[in-house]
Amino acid sequence: MKEDKKTEIEKTDNKEELGRREFIKKGCELAFGAFLFLGILPIRTSRAGITASAEPETPGEGYNWEEHYYAYLIDTRKCIGCGMCVRACSLENKVPDGFYRTWVERYEVSERGEVYIDSPKGGREGFDPIFPGFHSTKAFFVPKMCNHCDNTPCSQVCPVGASYNTKDGVVLVDEKRCVGCGYCIQACPYGSRFLNPITRTANKCTWCYHRITKGLKPACVQACPVGARKFGDLKREDDEVRRILATERINVLQAEMLTKPKCYYLGVDREVR
Amino acid sequence: MFFEGINFLFPNDMYVHWSLMIVMYPYITGLVAGAFIVSSMYHVFGKEEFRPIGRYSLLTSLAFLLCATLPLLNHLGHPERALNIMVTPKFSSAMAGFGVLYSFYLLILLLEVWLVFRQDIVEYARTSTGFWRWFYKILALGVYDVSEKALENDHKVITVLAAIGIPAACMLHGYVGFLFGGIKANPWWSTALMPVIFLVSAVVSGIAALVVFYQIAMKMRGEKIDQPCISSMARLLWLFMILTVTLELLEIITLAYEKAEEWEVIHTLLTNQLSFSFFSLQMILGALIPFILLMTVVLMDRHLRDPLRNTLTFVASSLLLIQVFAMRWNVVIGGQLFSKSFRGFRDYHPHFLEKEGVLAAVMLAVLPCILLVVLNRILPAFTSKTSPQSE
Repeated sequence: MKEDKKTEIEKTDNKEELGRREFIKKGCELAFGAFLFLGILPIRTSRAGITASAEPETPGEGYNWEEHYYAYLIDTRKCIGCGMCVRACSLENKVPDGFYRTWVERYEVSERGEVYIDSPKGGREGFDPIFPGFHSTKAFFVPKMCNHCDNTPCSQVCPVGASYNTKDGVVLVDEKRCVGCGYCIQACPYGSRFLNPITRTANKCTWCYHRITKGLKPACVQACPVGARKFGDLKREDDEVRRILATERINVLQAEMLTKPKCYYLGVDREVR
Repeated sequence: MFFEGINFLFPNDMYVHWSLMIVMYPYITGLVAGAFIVSSMYHVFGKEEFRPIGRYSLLTSLAFLLCATLPLLNHLGHPERALNIMVTPKFSSAMAGFGVLYSFYLLILLLEVWLVFRQDIVEYARTSTGFWRWFYKILALGVYDVSEKALENDHKVITVLAAIGIPAACMLHGYVGFLFGGIKANPWWSTALMPVIFLVSAVVSGIAALVVFYQIAMKMRGEKIDQPCISSMARLLWLFMILTVTLELLEIITLAYEKAEEWEVIHTLLTNQLSFSFFSLQMILGALIPFILLMTVVLMDRHLRDPLRNTLTFVASSLLLIQVFAMRWNVVIGGQLFSKSFRGFRDYHPHFLEKEGVLAAVMLAVLPCILLVVLNRILPAFTSKTSPQSE
């Protein structure tokens, strides 16, 4: 028994020693990370400022759309509902107030199956604590945006071809052709489109086409502090999104609509539409 | 099950994009198609009872068709680009068919009106003086041959045109139903029944409008209302209103019986947001009451005195015009009152003076009526300068 105790103490001592070492190591890593984050943040915002002034939906120079095929992955288990993505998007794309190219929904579900959902200001300012009136047993955030469907209901119904699919898998709207009939808004099952009150044309997420064609990431992906949003190019062999799509159990929203979205979800609950 | 009291809309779903104007649009095209089908009763099917309104219904159809694009133009974000739908249509969209269908139907209708009224136009060109002489000369398009042989040819062409016109009118309005029926994202719209419902209710609105217009026109002219015509129209109206109400109910009963995912939201929609406009207007005031009134006319026709028959059909027709409007409202606005989240509702109350508001809608309803009066002045439908057999 004594021997046992001794070894136990030795073991714990050993553990503490390792822990201390690891603590210092982790601390250094964290400090370095924080330094990098704080150092890069101003550059990021300044870059966002520059690109916002550029013509939207203009591809970068020498860009060949045959060489890319994009996909987007949202890991709802990681999302903390901070709203950084929504803010980054509206800054980057000058989204008019009250409309959203991307937004975050909060779900609270009780054991009895009651659901409370909200998305105040699209989750732009984060979320206040709520008391939904029932005891919620699970809660999660779901970031949403245009799903850039392959079988596109919105582009299909556009009577003048202003809404179209690019060869690299993005759904775009040509502001100069759009007549503003609003048919695409009716046809989108996800509520991703809106009529821009300033230009009076249909508007939606472009996956920051002006950025991705220059090798940058969409603003929301860049802004996400927890890596809940990932952007990938399925034509690249070492792509992370491509690997996850191939190996993990993924889902899409409203799969029964057969719109074939290219926004994939990890850990999405049945309550999410 | 979702938590009671929750009203969650997708953040972009706060607005009703298709406003009162998009309610007016199918209402007006419905009247176009319906009026044309009434005129075909005489011109194609040779129903003599419909002769008194044969020409008038054609003018009605034309008057409303000329105004059919106005609500759309008022609604578009960029009306100056409207012609793109005709110039660069993308035919994967149902809406792109509009240019083709509208122009084709307009062409058929103009040709038919011209041929039907040709003999009168020639007569006016010969008898009138001054400006009107020139006016009718232009309308006559340089053709003054009104020999019996020429008129017989006209008649043959009219029959063919009217026969083509029926499917064309059906397409024009069935297409409007398809615009809604083909939207899989919206369970309140997405049904193959939608074009059929639109079409049948278009016929109802067309006949009802003609009963009303015809009686008013006759009252204004101080002429006798043709009773066989009224009872035939009442019979036709009764048949089509039964069909339309059956189809409208059938769609909802199917949804209620299947109890699929969407029923939860549609159930709430019907019992809350649309309870007045659907049950009170579309089903009771607009359907049940005219059903009883018209049944009286149809079944007790021999026992009715003329003024009573006129009043019954007039009231029933007016109520049916409300029914069809309520139906268009319930489809177009009702389908937008719930968010695509299926968990929340929004409101829509058009203002009186806004761009797409109540005043604009009233003007759009009155304008074709004024146009009809003007057209009827230029080409009088009831008084033929020539023989009564002129059509």
